[in-house]
Amino acid sequence: MTTTLERPAPPAPAAPAARGGSTLTGTWSLIRFILRRDRVRLTVWTVLIVMFYAYFTAALGLMSDTPGALEARGALMETPAGIVMGGPGYGIDNYTVGASMANEGTVWMVLALSIMSILHVVRHTRAEEESSRSELVRAAVVGRHAPAVAAVVTLVLVNVVIALVSALAMTGAGGIDELPMADSLGMTVGVALSSIVFGAIALVLSQLSEHGRGATGLSLAVFGLAFAIQVAGNLREIPGGTTLSWFSPIAWAQQTRAFVDLRWWPMALSVVAILLLLWLAAILASRRDFGGGMIATRKGRADAKASLRGPFALAWTQQRMALLWSCLGLGLMWFATGTLIPDIGTMVGDLVSENPAMAALFGDDPSTFATGFLGVIVLYAVLCCAAYAIVMAARPKAEETAGRLEIALARPVSRGRWLGAQLSVATLGAVVLTAVSVYALWFGAVVVGESEPGFGPYSEVFLAQLPAVLVYLGFVAALFAWAPRLTGLGWALLGYTFFIGFFGPLIEDMPDAAHYLSPLYWVPEAFVEDFDGVAFVGLLAVAAVLYALAFVGFRRRDVVTT
Amino acid sequence: MTTTPSGAAAGAPAIEIHDLHKSFGPVKALDGLELAVTHGQVAGFLGPNGAGKSTTIRVLLGLLRKDSGNVRLLGGDPWRDAVALHRRLAYVPGDVSLWPNLSGGEAIDYLTRLRGTVDKRRKAELLERFELDPTKKARTYSKGNRQKVALVAAFMAEVDLLVLDEPTSGLDPLMESVFMDYVREAKDRGTSVLLSSHILSEVEKVCDTVTIIRAGRSVESGTLDQLRHLTRSAVTTVVTGDPAGLAVLPGVHDVQTTTVEEGTRVTFDVDNADIGGVLTALSAMGVHSFTAAPPSLEELFMRHYGDELAQEEAAAKHAADAAEPGARSRAGAR
Repeated sequence: MTTTLERPAPPAPAAPAARGGSTLTGTWSLIRFILRRDRVRLTVWTVLIVMFYAYFTAALGLMSDTPGALEARGALMETPAGIVMGGPGYGIDNYTVGASMANEGTVWMVLALSIMSILHVVRHTRAEEESSRSELVRAAVVGRHAPAVAAVVTLVLVNVVIALVSALAMTGAGGIDELPMADSLGMTVGVALSSIVFGAIALVLSQLSEHGRGATGLSLAVFGLAFAIQVAGNLREIPGGTTLSWFSPIAWAQQTRAFVDLRWWPMALSVVAILLLLWLAAILASRRDFGGGMIATRKGRADAKASLRGPFALAWTQQRMALLWSCLGLGLMWFATGTLIPDIGTMVGDLVSENPAMAALFGDDPSTFATGFLGVIVLYAVLCCAAYAIVMAARPKAEETAGRLEIALARPVSRGRWLGAQLSVATLGAVVLTAVSVYALWFGAVVVGESEPGFGPYSEVFLAQLPAVLVYLGFVAALFAWAPRLTGLGWALLGYTFFIGFFGPLIEDMPDAAHYLSPLYWVPEAFVEDFDGVAFVGLLAVAAVLYALAFVGFRRRDVVTT
Repeated sequence: MTTTPSGAAAGAPAIEIHDLHKSFGPVKALDGLELAVTHGQVAGFLGPNGAGKSTTIRVLLGLLRKDSGNVRLLGGDPWRDAVALHRRLAYVPGDVSLWPNLSGGEAIDYLTRLRGTVDKRRKAELLERFELDPTKKARTYSKGNRQKVALVAAFMAEVDLLVLDEPTSGLDPLMESVFMDYVREAKDRGTSVLLSSHILSEVEKVCDTVTIIRAGRSVESGTLDQLRHLTRSAVTTVVTGDPAGLAVLPGVHDVQTTTVEEGTRVTFDVDNADIGGVLTALSAMGVHSFTAAPPSLEELFMRHYGDELAQEEAAAKHAADAAEPGARSRAGAR
């Protein structure tokens, strides 16, 4: 017995410390892996952001050629609506291209970059863990903190690159005299640091939530809160905002006062916040299990409610929360915008009477000032509804690629019934959301005593815009049925509409045909033009044809599961 | 059960596929596939990953449109009569994906209600046998548990046909045996079953017939007995005489000899068709002991997918034969 055990002892496993194995082992390989995996994604983000900086600068530069135009813009930025859309208003008394860029652009650049940062961090930490891809990686010679550190390092890297290139692009587009390099850097670096703060917040929340979607949602909610805090602080005092503003990481970028009176120290707040958040994330990460979270997942029902019967009921349970939150969020936003309408009218009226040159910009008729502004708001609101329609019309594709369509269709459910259920719930949602958006605007105006335009004209606007929203829905549904890989083209159509709607009139020699592709081109201008029955019926017919195409195509094609 | 599609006669074959072709762009997934499952039969559908098992099943379910060939399912056309046919069948995919915001119990109820009503007692029994917690949200289930949800939903109702696509790939052996119990129960009720798998022992346990496919073609089909008929038996015998004559008999392969106390131990494979001649020859050599084992499905399988391997082996053996006639090395043995 004893002799059989006398085999040579296996070599003792090398002590982890002996080969420098720490919780960070493998970070460098992971960094390279992330950069390789996301090379297209990160490049696209970088190019888009840099282009946006350059474009915004160039557009403001063009505007400054018109005497008084920037002054008028500055005056707008003093109004509540301006503060909501812009910033703390540094330099509005002497509104230069740079001041306008920093005041109005900062919050949007922080928004865009923060979305990138949040998605990046969640994608490389929690989502990886959830998909169990990370299990393979962690089973290799990779330390516990390595994936998170690699995500943060790449995050900082891409933000720094974007900040540097954007600063060059801004100064390049605006000229070194108008936009000094130091101020450009002050703005872009401040923005990048704020964005990294939100990335770090996403990292902390990725430790708490077990699911990538949950972590992303919570992070975006924190951003929404930060946005609201900053607005609430700035509304009380302009320029500069109040102490309340400083509780928002967005303010730490705005308060650098780039192009007005540059100061660097507010950025230190971002740096300190980033370090504290990373430290917190590290503590949480060391305490939790792999794959585990700190927010427990709720238990579900053992039996389905009696109402969960058939594809329509299921589509409704899948989409109702998104609809509810969209209605609440957008409804509140447009309601708030509605309450600002009287200010806009009076403010623009004052401007025109003081400075006749303003009339060139806003027209001569004071009664159209507010309606012109309203038209732009309606355009924004409708584009939001179109975005909702596009998301919901793309839901069937997610069902299909995940393989859930397959198990539903293997039951006695026809393809027409299944797609019909998905599309009717999506259509219902789009109609409700459009109504909520338009009437929230009306209600906001009524609450502050603005009775004109009344309920009737708003209803006309709702009716006129609705078919356009349904065209987006039908377009994506038809793509799903005939060319499921191209479903993303729905976003291209929305982007095109946005571009044509806002910048089309500024471009000379734009062929008419370029407008025809935009569904909103056919909708009469809100509150200015009369309701157009032909356009209404025409757009409805286009939507109907697209819906019909969706049903025909979906019945003919293979169900694809990846 | 409820409506019967036109042309569906009782006792019609559950599945009839003839010369089925299906391509995805340049890739030929199915290339003249043949498959038949008669009523009340449990049919194994074997093949390695990527052989076209799931594609075949998706054509049967009307999810994919065939390029050419004949496909009949329960006497109907799987593409045109999909809804009516699906009332009479249940399907379990190999990789089950569920609605993330529904619990397992809700998903089972939803799927069951698409066909009829939920039998609560049956559901409770199935949940208990499969040891599945129905209150967990689908996104927190492991692969095995998602599969159990689909299995429970499939076994909830009595159907004419069960289509199971590698249904046990995420189950542990204990759950696999529960699964086998339910397949047998269904068979006893007269349900036809198509069970696709690449796990041979699974098919061997419950199937009456087996169809083996490779690269989109059926390479062999029949009952387990019929398939064994086509193959060799492995013989081990100890003889007192000289076994040298065995090697030259028709149908005998891989003869190996070892000297033992009782005489000479001989092992070889023999084509089942030629076993008579071998027995005659052996009896002249004075048989001390004799065992003949039917090939396991594993060996059947290896024969189909080890084609290249077998050819290499044969070539190697040939070379060895030429070098050392009479004395066979053990190297070629499987």
